[in-house]
Amino acid sequence: MTATPATVPALWRLARLGFDPVRARPVLLYPEGAVLLNDTGRAVLELADGRRTVGEIAGILGARYGADVLADVIEYLDELEQRELVRYG
Amino acid sequence: MADRPTTLLAELTHRCPLRCPYCSNPLELVRAERELDTDDWKRVLDEARALGVLQLGLSGGEPLVRKDLEEVAAHARRLDLYTTLVTSGLGLTRARAERLRDAGLEHVQVSFQDTDAAAAERIAGIGATRQKLAAVALVKELGFAFSVNVVLHRQNLDRIEEIIAMAGELGADRLELANTQYYGWGLRNRDWLMPTREQLERAEAIVAAARTRWRGRMQMIYVAPDYHETWPKGCYGGWGRHYIVVTPDGRALPCHGATGIPSLEFTSVRDRPLAWIWEESPAFRAFRGEAWMKDPCRGCERRAVDFGGCRCQAHALTGDAANADPVCHKSPHHHVIEAAVAAAHDAPVRYREAAPA
Repeated sequence: MTATPATVPALWRLARLGFDPVRARPVLLYPEGAVLLNDTGRAVLELADGRRTVGEIAGILGARYGADVLADVIEYLDELEQRELVRYG
Repeated sequence: MADRPTTLLAELTHRCPLRCPYCSNPLELVRAERELDTDDWKRVLDEARALGVLQLGLSGGEPLVRKDLEEVAAHARRLDLYTTLVTSGLGLTRARAERLRDAGLEHVQVSFQDTDAAAAERIAGIGATRQKLAAVALVKELGFAFSVNVVLHRQNLDRIEEIIAMAGELGADRLELANTQYYGWGLRNRDWLMPTREQLERAEAIVAAARTRWRGRMQMIYVAPDYHETWPKGCYGGWGRHYIVVTPDGRALPCHGATGIPSLEFTSVRDRPLAWIWEESPAFRAFRGEAWMKDPCRGCERRAVDFGGCRCQAHALTGDAANADPVCHKSPHHHVIEAAVAAAHDAPVRYREAAPA
């Protein structure tokens, strides 16, 4: 599935964000798996709370980074949705 | 230089009320008096976390047999490990389920043997369906993340449609359909457990359709039966790369079947820090990387994909753990796999024994 600016993403109920002090990286944890994140990835997933739209998330991050990030946010979320770690509402 | 491990499977005990003939525990079960105590396990978790472990499986045997399960789970939560309780459901009373929730346990995986009580009893060796359903009701009520695990084999594969429907009705977030792997008790009962190719083809078509149907509601994991494959499985992502098992008596292993390789000596967490075992112990280094490989693995284009398959299976079926996994069609021993598939029949079953007290 491909997100649009109106899509409302949320983490899968079984996945949660954590921090790995050993690798000094944010991490997405879920049953029998983990994805090491970078700070941008964590920022996207922290905002994917099941209430904000993709457009709103891209707006917040765009203001923070001073760039148009909509296409990057969609690409990132689509990949995690494909792996069933993010759900689109 | 070794990678950092991500996953620890803590086999808290070999004691279990079930006697499933495909049990992944070794034939020689650890006695209760030899089990690590609570402080040992807490230290193992500390050491695992410091080594980079992110995922914890609290397993067994039946981990609920351990009275200190809640204390171990609470310690795991303090370390921010993502913890799965791998259970038959037997022994999960309301009081224990509430204590586990309060301890911060996140995920509970309950095994089911089959869809109807009589068939399940034929597998487990005891009638347990009523207790499992009661356990699931608690898991759901208390809001744990919830997986159903079903081991698939010749005797239940034809009910795959019903098995998927059952997991859906139970409200599983996740369904693990794992074809039997033939180690320990499973290898003993291989003829009885081995499905036919026709059974598998039908089941896999049903699973593929169900995966699409359930997407977004119940995640489905399907573990293929490697005997019917052309290439071997990339066992645990490679020996000593991601995964550590600690047995009830404290031996650290690269996978739960590794004690089947008699040439390897496994160091106990009672004797050495986990970091030393991971980085330095001969057993963990034995099949790390590619230097140990022989033909046809050495030089094979898939050697970094499947790492030559499973070392334990290579040992069990060819007598040498450094041989290619005979599942591989390039293995000179592949005929033993073909013979095993052909020999499958409804042979007498031998149930797992109870762990000695």
